[in-house]
Order: sequence, then structure tokens, then C-alpha cells
Amino acid sequence: MYADKDPGSLKVVGTPQRRVDVLEKLTGAARYTADLKLPGMLYAKVKRSPHARARIIRIDTSRAAALPGVRSIITGEELPYRVGLYIVDKYVMARGVVRHFGEAVAAVAADSIEIAQRAVDLIEVEYEVLTPVLDPVKAFDRRSPLVHPDLGEYEYVEAVFTPVPGTNIANHTKLRKGNLAKGFREADWIVEREYTNPSVQHVPMETHVAIGQWGPRDQVTLWSSAQSPFTVRNLFCHAFKLPHKNVRVIVPYVGGGFGGKAGIHLEPLVACLSRKAGGRPVRLVATREEEFSLLPCRSALTYRIKTGLRNDGRIVAQKMTMFWDAGAYADYAVNVTRASGYSASGPYEIPNAWIDAYTMYTNKPFGTAYRGFGHVEFSWGIERHMDLCARTIGMDPLEFRKVNALRPGSLTLTGERITVNTGNVTKCMEEVAKAINYGRLTAREKAREKRTGKKIGKAVAALHKAPAMPPFTSTVVILRMNEDGTVTANFSLSEIGQGTYTSVAQVIAERLKFPMEKIRVCLDTDTEHDPYDWQTVASKGLVLTGNAAILAAEDLLRRAYGTAGQILRAHPRDLDHDDEKVFLRHHPDRSVTFREMAVGYAYPDGNGIGGQIVGVGRYIAQGLSNLNKETGQGHPALDWTYGAHGIIVEVDPETGEYNVLKVASAFDVGKAINPECVRGQAVGGMLQGLGTAVCEGYMYDTEGHLLNPSFTDNKVPTAMDLPEEVESIAVETPQIDGPYGARGVGEHPMIAVCGALGNAIQNAVGADLTHMPMRQEDVWRALRKKTSINHFITRCGFGCKR
Amino acid sequence: MKRAEAGEPVEISLRINGEKVTCRVPPHVTLLRFLREYVGLTGTKEGCSAGECGACTVLFNGRAVNSCLVLAVEADGANIRTVEGECRNNRLSRLQELLDKHHAVQCGFCTPGMIMSIRDLLARHPKPTLRQIQEGIEGNFCRCTGYVQIIEAILEYTGQLKKKGELKRVRG
Repeated sequence: MYADKDPGSLKVVGTPQRRVDVLEKLTGAARYTADLKLPGMLYAKVKRSPHARARIIRIDTSRAAALPGVRSIITGEELPYRVGLYIVDKYVMARGVVRHFGEAVAAVAADSIEIAQRAVDLIEVEYEVLTPVLDPVKAFDRRSPLVHPDLGEYEYVEAVFTPVPGTNIANHTKLRKGNLAKGFREADWIVEREYTNPSVQHVPMETHVAIGQWGPRDQVTLWSSAQSPFTVRNLFCHAFKLPHKNVRVIVPYVGGGFGGKAGIHLEPLVACLSRKAGGRPVRLVATREEEFSLLPCRSALTYRIKTGLRNDGRIVAQKMTMFWDAGAYADYAVNVTRASGYSASGPYEIPNAWIDAYTMYTNKPFGTAYRGFGHVEFSWGIERHMDLCARTIGMDPLEFRKVNALRPGSLTLTGERITVNTGNVTKCMEEVAKAINYGRLTAREKAREKRTGKKIGKAVAALHKAPAMPPFTSTVVILRMNEDGTVTANFSLSEIGQGTYTSVAQVIAERLKFPMEKIRVCLDTDTEHDPYDWQTVASKGLVLTGNAAILAAEDLLRRAYGTAGQILRAHPRDLDHDDEKVFLRHHPDRSVTFREMAVGYAYPDGNGIGGQIVGVGRYIAQGLSNLNKETGQGHPALDWTYGAHGIIVEVDPETGEYNVLKVASAFDVGKAINPECVRGQAVGGMLQGLGTAVCEGYMYDTEGHLLNPSFTDNKVPTAMDLPEEVESIAVETPQIDGPYGARGVGEHPMIAVCGALGNAIQNAVGADLTHMPMRQEDVWRALRKKTSINHFITRCGFGCKR
Repeated sequence: MKRAEAGEPVEISLRINGEKVTCRVPPHVTLLRFLREYVGLTGTKEGCSAGECGACTVLFNGRAVNSCLVLAVEADGANIRTVEGECRNNRLSRLQELLDKHHAVQCGFCTPGMIMSIRDLLARHPKPTLRQIQEGIEGNFCRCTGYVQIIEAILEYTGQLKKKGELKRVRG
């Protein structure tokens, strides 16, 4: 959908337009879900499990029920409804057993939040505490207790996933490319190591919020901070066996999502409370603590990589084994596993690859989508491993990456052939390398080292990601012309801060040849009034919705030309238009304005023709396929966005303390529809990536209690944590089927920051880290225990076992 | 403020964005909840209720406070400013215009508190250094922007923006 191939002719696309969604955000008038107060609304609180794994013996709600002002109480026993998108493994609330610390076991709706809290405190739950399954690798052991003994009964998307009943494996994604054994035989070196990272919380500034109203005849309205109104409706209807027309989901302003608000969360809970409270609306606002354990996080990963490489730097074989710690429920983790499974090597060509990616159930808060969808996590391992490989053969790590980078003609892990239009990862690496003066210290940096006694290290890491979504994901844009010739657009991405609404408005303006001032985008989403979109996830919004927007604009113009052709007595092909009117190309003075035609044209005698000028564009991902379940071969990628980060870090060789001096980031976005929006994603994602790399992560005790569910104990980056210098670069290799050549870049800035930082620290002081976050004390420990890292490097030669 | 029995609503009088407000409020209610639920000013946000994230920042007699850590009764007689007081005559303030211009807003949830902290910062340091700006907004978590565009807006506001950061664009 490369609508206009001459970049010089673009007027709106490619310019730093102001965002269409910020006016009310700046004034405080923007209403987020927790700002809504409905007549008769009740306030909900949740009773949560203090145990990681336990049998529920008894729940006594009698004292809570006796409290004046309590309107409804629900427990899992009365809610036999399972919800899920990929694997339907989670009840609305725990039934019979609790599977993680913080899981909901009961909920109350009351006249005030105080009464609800008091009632929750009065609910007595008797548990039989069981030994939890906490280690995702030990969970693999056939003797391990089962988190889901009835895994074999769950519904799941059979064409895509492979649960293994009787084990803790919620999904096993396999990929086999080439001939692994043959590849290893060709290798001069074999390098093997394991990399790990913990669960991480998304930390949207707005916690999850939902309001539910279950009226008579099963008419349900849900207001929610959801990223995915239509998926909420779909899963809700599926769980409760309701017709879709009965259920309405409204998403007002959303205070950040980052994947944590994809899928369905608190909506069934408030709906059930409302149903039991006679249809009064019920609101539940998750506390920050609940955000960490009642609601999902990002899965932890244990990643084993075994690489065969030649002396000339080519990787010839790679075996990759992933143990994804899904936690107690794996609805989303199975798909994170799948998406990571087909890109697990990073943006490098591996001729002979073998991947086993396992989604493991454990008794911990469960994982879901988080910006990067698995790629941040595995990129930590891959990018650290690339440096280890390069060091092994004595090659510069950047050179090593370039030798192995995907390029036109390369085959991806799934057998997709890369073309010149796919994007240019090498260019991204070269740009950031230039930006950080890679490979040497500048005179200023040398002077700084001398002055401070600290050591400066540099590194470049590369990344790739394609949207992880069903191959047939679709979207719709509807344009309506208003009486004055302005245009209102409806589509159903949630504007969660990512800026897509602005970029799509620019695409519409460009295609219509209208100024931005004439385009209005409806910001809230309502399944009752807006057309379908699958979800606001995967960095697919701009590409799919942008293409639908082009089609909608063309449809609108076709209708306008049809009416104008009648009025002007001309064939539509002889017409052209500007932002005011449609005119005859050959006689531009013969014209009719959009205003005259907007809602139907009236002749002087009162006869009318036309009607409201509307445009509909629908777009569905094309040519994608499910992957073969045995080989992982197929075509999963709508588009690949490549990128790279270059990092300069300054490390104290005595204490391990470090400062990030500079991060330069480059992404092949195809076309920067709005350069300021791209920069906002690039910088914001980079800092979120630094959070993951430097300090964030869940900590548990040996019984599975989460120890740090707060900002006191789980720090996130503040303005003080900014690198001294930040540089953002857009490489523009047009995506032929992207809107004006664009690709998505919402998630990518967060990927590979961790690996680049780890490598830069090692290059500075030699600290060799395989676990992130890299807390300063971890660097100190690594400096003192120089041989602690568990890796195997084999020099292959005569008689060497491979 | 009149003395009251424990837990009973207490009458308080204060100025909010220049307007006098008198209201009865239970003594355990925070200033944040008071503003949002009793006065209906929902621009001020709740992000953590523990004084960590800064989403609830308001000006209390000119200084930034986390309104989740202040009781409404403590604000009796005080002068409170919230994001709703930032517009003048229904027009965006210069600060709001610059935050818009620099794309300093993404999801917008931290924005109201951020604006209040910037006001506090500018009142103390009309020409803040970069370090002072970073310290001034350190208590306001923004998970979206990475702060850079916010800092640029502040620097332009104080006439100190030497060179606006830009997305460098290169052909693939």
C-alpha cells in the first residue's frame, strides 16, 4: 500500500505534526476509566491469595455479607467460566485451588471503597498450603507437581500451539531449519551458554481499571482501560456464552498499556459483581500492589544457546532452548513463546537452526504480552552470546554481527526470504556505531577516564521483530464527511500513548490532500459505534490501520467523485480535487465543493443526489500463514522492523557502579510518518529497556511470595536515570506494502538495550554477566568472581566431540 | 477547622485554583481523593497511593506535594492548584503549548502531576540547569516518553533550548 512513491510530493506524511490526542490530557479534562462515576455505582475490592499454591478448603463470606453497604460478594465456586485467547486456562477467579500469590479468591462490591475493603478483610479463607512449583526448568521434570493437572481438557488454538497434558508444558514450539548436525560438523568452534532474566512489571502509570454493568436480559456494558476492546468483547462473550450484540465495551483514554492491558483482565470480575448486585455498575481500580500480582507481568526466561561457528566468523549452526516461566496461567505466554521461537536468533542468518521453546507453568503471577513480546528477553541472551562468540574467534563483535546479519537473499528461521525492501539491519548498526564512535575512545573520553579513574566501554547490539498476531488479523477505518467538508475518522486501536492515532490521521490527510486541521479522529473506542480491530498490540497498528485508512480515503474520494461527476456532468476520471472542491482537470473553474456534497447535494429546485460522503477501508494481513508445528516453517511476519542500539557506559572498576553516557538508537521504520512520534517511541522505549536492563524485576522468597510489589522495592527509571546523551535515528527503507512505506516501531526501541549495555560493561571492565537486570552490585560481584560464568567453549578439531 | 469526633466528617475551607471551596469530609480522606471524588477535579491522577510516582502532584501553597500523602483536612485554609487551573480563559498556557509542541505527552496519565512539578520547579528556578530540571521532575514517573521531550519543552519555556533534539533520518 505504498500510496505515493515520490517522497518529495508528500505534504503531511513525514512532518512532525502535533499529536491529535493530547489537548484534554494537558488540561486534565481527559477522562480515564477511573475518572468515570456512574449513577448508582458500587466500588469493588478483591480478596487475594497469600499463598503461591494451595487448596481452598473453605471460604466464609457470612461476616462480610452482614456488613451494611455490601451489595454483592462472589467467589470462584459460583463462577464456572474460563477465559483465554490462545489457551483457555484461567477461571475468572480461583476455583478449588490457588495457583499464584495474589490470585483473586473472592470479591466484594459495596457502597464505598471503605466498606468493600472492610468486607474483604472479613472474608475468611481456609487453605491447605501446598509446595509450589517455582523453577521453570525444574517444572520440566516429569516428577514435578502439576500446576494444571487438567491441562488436557483446556480449549486452545490447535493449529498453532502444542500443550503437553500430564506435564507443566503449556506449549512446545519447535523450529527446525537446515541440518543441525551437519552444521555443527562444519564448525571450528562451539560456544554454549545459558542466559536468564526475571519477570518484570509493565508499570503503566494508570493501573488496570474496569467498570461493569450487567443489566436485565444479559445486556452488558464494560468500561475498561483495555488495549483491545473487541478482544475483550469476544473473550467475554465466549466465556459467558452471550451474543456479541449484547455486550458493549467502551475504552476511554488509557494511561499506558505496554501489552499488560491486552487481552481480558478485570472485566469479567466486575461484570459478575454487577450481575449479583442487581445490575448496578461496579468499578474496580487495581492498586499498584495488585498491578504486580493480581494482574500479569512479563514472563521470565531461561535461554540456552549453543552455537557452531567458523573461524571466518560465520555461524553455521545454532541450537536454542527456551524455558519461558509463564507463571500460573499461560494464555499469552504460549504466544510469546511462539513469537520468540521463530525469531530467537535475532536479526542474523542461521543456516542450520534448532529451537525448542517451552512455555512452563509455575506457581507465580502469570506472564502476558509486554512491549517486545519476548524479544527483549531473548535478545538479552542472543546479544550477550554474539559477543562471546566474537571474542572466542578474536573478531570484533560489530564485524561479527555484520558478517551474520540478515540481508537480501537470506532465509529467516522460518524460511522467509529477505528482500531489499524488508529493511536494513546493517545500516542500523553502522549508524549507531558512527554515533558512538564505536571501536575507539575519543580524546575527551580518554581524558574523562583519566580524570575519573573509571573505564569507558562501548557496544552495538542489533534487533528485529515482526508483529506477533494471527495471520489473518484485520482492521477497518470508517471516514465520514461532516457538513462543512471536514472528515471524522473511526477505528478501534486504543490510543494508549503510542501516537498511532496521529500517524493514521496524517495518512488520511495525505491521501485526501486535506490539511490536518480538517481531520478529526475519534479517540475513545466503543464496540457499539466503532468498526472492528483485533487488538492494539504487536506494533501492527500503523501498518494495518494505515493501509485501511488509505483505502477508506480512496473510497471516500470515489464517492465524492461519483456525486461530483453527476453535478459537473463529467466522467469521474476527468476529475481532480483539492481540500475544498472537486473540479474538472481540464476546466478547473468548473467545480463543486465538498461542503455542498458532504451530506447530499441539493439542486436549486430542491432535488437531491448523493447522501453523506463516507469512506470505508478494510485491510487484512496478506500472505501470512500458520507455522508448521514440527518444523516452524512458514510465513508469520507482516513486516520486520530492524534496529540497533549503540551504548557508551562508564564503569567504576572497583565498585561496579556505572553510568550510561550515551545511547544511540536506529530503527528501519520504512518511513517516519511523524518524526517526533518516532522519536518519542525511540527514546521512551529505550529508557524502558534500560529499566529492564538495570534494575527492574520480580523477586520471590522460596515459598513463592512476591517480595517487591511496589515502587519502593521495584524501581523504574526516573528523569535522573537518563543517559547523558540520547540520539535517535530513523533508517528509511520503504516497506512496499506499508502505508507510505512505513513500518511499526512501538515495541522495538525496548529490545536489545539490555544486551548492548551488558556488552559495553564487559568491554569496559571485563565483568561477564549472564543475568539481567545488571544491578551495580552484580557488576561488582562479576568483577570479583571472574570465573563464575557457566559457559563452555569447545575448540573443534581432530578427535573433538561435538 | 472545628474539632470533631473521630471519623466524623469535618468542614474544611480552602481555595482550589483560586475558587473558594467549603466541604465536609471525613478526616481519613486524602487530598487526592477529596479533589477527585468530593470536588470532581479528576485531572489529578492516582498512580500508586504511596507517594512514589508523582501522578497525584498538586501545588499546596505554591509547593508541589503528593496529594495521596496529604489529608484533605490538612489542606483546610490552604491554596491548592491542580492541572485544571493551568488554562487561563480556556486557553492553553504557554507551558501546555510547549509540552504539546515537543510531543512531551504520550498516554497523558503523568501529565497533570508533571505540569504541577514543573510549575514548582520554575517558581524556584526560573532558569533551571539540566540537573535541576531532572531533579525537579524526578518524583514524577513517566513510563512513556523517556523524559527527553518533556525536558526540551521546559528548556524552551525558559529560553534555554539551544538545539532541539531531532530524529536523524537516513535512507535505507
